[in-house]
Amino acid sequence: MKSANLTKILALGIILGIGMVGCKRTPKGLTPIPGTKPSVTETEAKPKPPAPSPTENVKPVNTGNDVESADVDTGDGIPLPTAEMFEGMIKDTNTFKANTVYFDFDSSVIKSSEQSKIEEVGQHLKDNPGHKLLIEGHCDERGTEEYNRALGERRALSIREYLANMGIDPQRIRTLSWGEDRPADPAHNEEAWAKNRRGEFSLLLPPENQ
Amino acid sequence: MKKTIYYITIILLSHVSLFTVNRIQAQENGAIEIKRRAAGEQVPITIEGLSGEALQTLEFDLDIMGFEIVEKEKAQYLIKGKPGENLQAVVSDTVTGAPVLSKAYSGGSVRAQAHALSDNIVEAILGERGIAQTTIAFKVDFGLNSEIYISDYDGHNAIAVTSDHSVVAAPCWVPGQRALYYTSYKNGNPDIYYHALSLGLRKPVARFLGLNTSVAVSPDGNRLAMILSKSGSPDLFVSDADGNNLKQLTKTKASESSPAWSPDGQTVCFVSRVTGRAALYTISSGGGEMQRLRAAGISNATEPAWSPDGKTIAFTAQMGGFNICTVPATGGTATILVGGEDPSWAPNSSTLIFTKRTATDRYLCLLDVPTKEVKNIARVSGDSSQPSWAK
Repeated sequence: MKSANLTKILALGIILGIGMVGCKRTPKGLTPIPGTKPSVTETEAKPKPPAPSPTENVKPVNTGNDVESADVDTGDGIPLPTAEMFEGMIKDTNTFKANTVYFDFDSSVIKSSEQSKIEEVGQHLKDNPGHKLLIEGHCDERGTEEYNRALGERRALSIREYLANMGIDPQRIRTLSWGEDRPADPAHNEEAWAKNRRGEFSLLLPPENQ
Repeated sequence: MKKTIYYITIILLSHVSLFTVNRIQAQENGAIEIKRRAAGEQVPITIEGLSGEALQTLEFDLDIMGFEIVEKEKAQYLIKGKPGENLQAVVSDTVTGAPVLSKAYSGGSVRAQAHALSDNIVEAILGERGIAQTTIAFKVDFGLNSEIYISDYDGHNAIAVTSDHSVVAAPCWVPGQRALYYTSYKNGNPDIYYHALSLGLRKPVARFLGLNTSVAVSPDGNRLAMILSKSGSPDLFVSDADGNNLKQLTKTKASESSPAWSPDGQTVCFVSRVTGRAALYTISSGGGEMQRLRAAGISNATEPAWSPDGKTIAFTAQMGGFNICTVPATGGTATILVGGEDPSWAPNSSTLIFTKRTATDRYLCLLDVPTKEVKNIARVSGDSSQPSWAK
């Protein structure tokens, strides 16, 4: 072991020593640098449809106004539907534009001031069994990015759970989180942040009968 | 002849002593979090004969890898460079005059040659693996849209990897390959994609309704950890590299986020809000109970990054502003390093890249953990964030 190390050291010393002498005239033993990196090109692979996920049992949902508790974790939420249940549906962002639900900082709890907005959407879904719903969750910028992406989803899911409590089939509702990537107001102040912590509704209408 | 033998002997002796010093340092520092270099220690070095891009590149590299560029009188080592198409340099000890290395470089750009020299110097003097020839990936935000970019570790030679005019997030390198995983909204939902850069091949690996994000590739490249909300809440899942054999590891109603693999692939560190506030947890990658990682002295911990040597977890603590912190991987007292967020380790387990936010923009910085030296990297237009260091 010791002699092996010594041999290595001797060898290195000789190599470096020779390098020193050699370097004064001609640069022998050039260290090659790998050439330019391969350029980035893309040929899009045709995306495969996702494997249908098995139907899971829907867990009972807590009743009460606050959908999420800060202290007691009640286990998983209500499983999301699969993509094919929403295929070809037409997105209507206008009908419930005024019903955007706002949240407190770092919270996904539905405030009592926001409940009537959700209930209005819920009533529409009850009256129009063919309509479905997309809820897009957003955050203000005062959180780390991936944390906010999860928080935005949690907010959309809280609204979905509220609707499920109203008796709406949660399989009619899909969620999408933008985290802090799509602020309603790009300013960096309290007023903007309050507008950005939100859940937005889009109705999903069935493709027109032909 | 006699003179030559005498000269070689001197060289041999100086090398023996140099290697001995490094060996001792390595042993002494065995118990310390960051191997080899003690906290705060910077090696004074001076550069002669170089100018322009070669000099700037060399200075930047050495500055962030534990050296301090000083005047000749104060320097412990002297770099004597000879510019030109083939960069040449002799590095010697200023006290003994003993040479440390003598190299000449060919091919590539001036920057590439200077980076190669930097790495050789770091290896010869500190006995560490240099990082000057490494690559990073990151997100660049252009307002409503964002794209994935890759560049040299110092921000130079930035190339856009995506041009989908959509939103992207959380790039993660496949170890040892020119391939990335990341989140893209290009199909109207945050989905996870695999992207082989050289082949230009991209394919989805997780595209369930709801959230598919925060993908982390295991050190052997064979498995993924990610955050999916298909079960009705953002939970931690693991799968094979192609997204198959999906297994749910956490079943909390609270949000989980930002998984990071231990170097042995046995454990995943992640963030959960299960107690109502964000904190770090660990779980066996095969499944089991999640356990709180003790990080005393901080709050609201997110974005863990496990050092390649396995010893340290870097993360973001949100206490007023964002702070880059470290904690021993086994838990303990956290160290607050600098303001910033979303750290990613270099392969040397000493340097971090992270995002710095001002009131109006975001950019990337390097942090040498032992010396706390911080340097901004070259910027592209747009806000940069979510860096991932190729390993």
